[in-house]
Amino acid sequence: MTRVVVDPVTRIEGHLRIEAEVEAGTVKQAWSSSTMFRGIELILEGRDPRDAWAFTQRICGVCTTVHAIASIRAVEHAIGATPPPNARILRNLIIAAQNVQDHVVHFYHLHALDWVDIVSALSGDPAKTSSLAQSISDWPLSSAKYFAEVRDRVKAFVERGQLGIFANAYWGHPAYRLPPEANLMALAHYLEALEWQRRFIKIHAILGGKNPHLQSFLVGGMATPVDPDAQASLNLGTIAALRKLIAEGLDFVTRVYIPDVLAVASFYKDWFSIGAGVPNYLSYGEYPIDDGPQPQLYFPGGVIQNQDLSHVAAVDQSKIDEYVTHSWYDYTVGNDKGLNPYKGETNPHYTGPKPPYEHLNVEEKYSWLKSPRYDGAPMQVGPLSRMLVAYGLGRPSRVKELIDKALAHLNAPPSALFSTLGRVAARAIETQVLVESMHMWVDALAENMARRDYRIQDTSKWDPSTWPQDCFGTGFHEAPRGALGHWVHISGGKIAKYQCVVPSTWNAGPRDAQGRPGPYEASLVGTPVAKPEQPLEILRTVHSFDPCMACGVHVVDGTKRELARVRAS
Amino acid sequence: MTHTKLIRELERQGVSRRQFLEFCAGMAVVLGLPKAASGAIAAAVESEKRPILVWLEFQDCAGNSESLLRASHPTVADLVLDTISLNYHETLMAAAGSQAESVLNETVRKNKDAYIALVEGSIPSEAESGFCTIGGRAAIDIAREVCGNAMATVAVGTCAAFGGIPAARPNPTRALSVADAVPGVKNLINMSACPANAENITALVVYYLTLKRWPPLDQYRRPLFAYGKPIHDGCDRRAHFDAGQYVESWGDEGHRHGYCLYKMGCKGPATSQNCPTVGWNEHTNWPIGCGHPCIGCAEPNFWDVMTPFYEHLPGVAGASSSRWLDPVGLTLTGVVAAGAIAHGVSEITRQRRGHRPSIQDRDPKTEGEK
Repeated sequence: MTRVVVDPVTRIEGHLRIEAEVEAGTVKQAWSSSTMFRGIELILEGRDPRDAWAFTQRICGVCTTVHAIASIRAVEHAIGATPPPNARILRNLIIAAQNVQDHVVHFYHLHALDWVDIVSALSGDPAKTSSLAQSISDWPLSSAKYFAEVRDRVKAFVERGQLGIFANAYWGHPAYRLPPEANLMALAHYLEALEWQRRFIKIHAILGGKNPHLQSFLVGGMATPVDPDAQASLNLGTIAALRKLIAEGLDFVTRVYIPDVLAVASFYKDWFSIGAGVPNYLSYGEYPIDDGPQPQLYFPGGVIQNQDLSHVAAVDQSKIDEYVTHSWYDYTVGNDKGLNPYKGETNPHYTGPKPPYEHLNVEEKYSWLKSPRYDGAPMQVGPLSRMLVAYGLGRPSRVKELIDKALAHLNAPPSALFSTLGRVAARAIETQVLVESMHMWVDALAENMARRDYRIQDTSKWDPSTWPQDCFGTGFHEAPRGALGHWVHISGGKIAKYQCVVPSTWNAGPRDAQGRPGPYEASLVGTPVAKPEQPLEILRTVHSFDPCMACGVHVVDGTKRELARVRAS
Repeated sequence: MTHTKLIRELERQGVSRRQFLEFCAGMAVVLGLPKAASGAIAAAVESEKRPILVWLEFQDCAGNSESLLRASHPTVADLVLDTISLNYHETLMAAAGSQAESVLNETVRKNKDAYIALVEGSIPSEAESGFCTIGGRAAIDIAREVCGNAMATVAVGTCAAFGGIPAARPNPTRALSVADAVPGVKNLINMSACPANAENITALVVYYLTLKRWPPLDQYRRPLFAYGKPIHDGCDRRAHFDAGQYVESWGDEGHRHGYCLYKMGCKGPATSQNCPTVGWNEHTNWPIGCGHPCIGCAEPNFWDVMTPFYEHLPGVAGASSSRWLDPVGLTLTGVVAAGAIAHGVSEITRQRRGHRPSIQDRDPKTEGEK
């Protein structure tokens, strides 16, 4: 039995540590630990709820819109504000752009190097690479000359001897299986995607002033004025700019990202039967397509249990509980109990080893993440959950169409989706559906301009004197990494309590009171590990979830402790 | 690499000579240098000796890392990344676990006083608290070792520069800025803002490569080329402020026509950064440009002293101390006066709220410049 420790898990957001027991080349048990804590919800207490979105937004700078969206929804729910149609449309565009950009960056810059060997790419033959590229896509950057340039550029970089971010990785590992030409093609697209993401995200700059950390969010609406006859507003010039950026995004996703995912997957088909893990899937649903308190959602919400796609149940937030049995917190009601976020209670209490340390004590508490459970069961969240819920319910029909097409292409059954590569494929399919759908919201915005509907915010609820003395709200959102919920209690116009239950908490959380592992932990069991000192395969499965650790850790403190400000002298 | 060789190399990568020189000229603008300086920048970027950088992430959100990925004029910015050697960056590096940590250790061991440390995120003050560990080591121990042996340290973003959101009231983890966590750190430069603007990070690197020295800093150790002027002074809505034309309600006619956001809570008069001139995401926009007030994210303790965000400055600062701006709507014509207000207001704000930034107590001339 070998104890493998991966810390830091790199190419993710935040600080994640994986410990695993490997025996006879296979993971027997794994433990997922988040090793950083800030306490943002505690910082929120006593503040103006209209400011909360800016604070929670800073939970994560990668998925930089998600906590802002969940926060304004929670506060709106609590105070009874109704965002007008323009605000709903602008938010849908911002959410979709976030998902599309984030998924592409995840595949190329955070995940691809688990499948693609950069060193092998340097021996790729440009002419053969060109034939390969042209056989899977009509993307124009595919000549032998182009691939020779990419290869020579990276070769020159390597020969100069300073390998920078590519130093000391697992190059040459036996689990890398792509031929040099596929590696070279993927390397070229890694570099292209780096430029593409920068351009595509200008959608956020147009609609939010800047990215990361867009600044156009408002409780009750959006701060971006809409008026075709004003130059300081979103007008037809912006409509045209959005259309162009979306068209370019669609082009890259359709002709580069999707073909690359299918090409890489075809060399690693065994990974469609590795990494299934927890068989339950949760999605809150996203993209309201009409207005009002219970809007219809373009991506439906739902709960799937035991991989049964024929039964998709409705989500009931009262069935969500969080456990701290293996988390560095204490519950006053006892550490074996679960608490619904409305009653959420957290007192940080680090009982782990004193740093520097070699191993965590996984028999006791070992993570800053809590363990959320739905109806008592661990749930996977993320693009796969969303796509499975949509597939099970048959809407939007485009999801089913694309999933069936991908499965046919790979000659794989639907059960192949319950896997490490299934998560990768679902993310790509979702990207395609979203980038295709974005035009629909741009058109809706233009139609509102035509109708002279310029409303962007529910001004009737802006003044705190219009709010109830005590009110409670929930804000649900589908972030790139999955189901996100914020719970807020407002009292006397100030935040009394704030709680977030975050995608990476669902996925990366530790064991619960019954000792059931969280999704990362469960999915690693059975993962092959050819060389324990180079655990490439562990990274594959963990990265397939797209970890976002800063998001996962949070706290609300029931007691009003004023902690001293400390300064090092 | 000679000048011609570099141009040839660039052309091979699809970057024309003209684009490259334009990039250098653009950098000269960001840095506030005369046009003639673009030649010197071109020469510096070509240098074969690539300085080593390590990027540390502690109590962070990776927002500054993401911002770095948005650096403009992409192809040439790629070159700039190739021109430095980024040896360690958790979000971007291929290696993981012990292989990643050994790269960091080797870099520090072999390049004492010869590498630049960039830090993103605040640092919990006590190692035993367990609030931030990487590879089983406490953040504060890593910071002291890596920044302590660096030739210079750049605190990227407000969390590293001033403590930022983790250090906001009540600072549950006793989070510190780099200045406070690493006493005596050499050549510390604070690139605050939430996140720091990619253009300014790139500009700082080019500044150093070009002039072989670090830029002059303001009282908070921020480079004057990026933080030397209040937002209010360069705001394209300034004429509306001077004319007493304000947004009164979200989506009203004034809002649609770009009136001043001061009454909606804009902190531009109390915030120094070059957002209005440099913009964000390749000059696509900036926060005030999208219709939302500035939240003052480049200033120390802005989460405490600039909130509530939607209360206008006199309400935050106290009417008596900010008579220049009160009553709202009074036409203000003196540009010099506005500059004085900016610093005055932020100072008063801090004192009133009783949250004096610890860094403010230090003498920037004697701190960290050994």
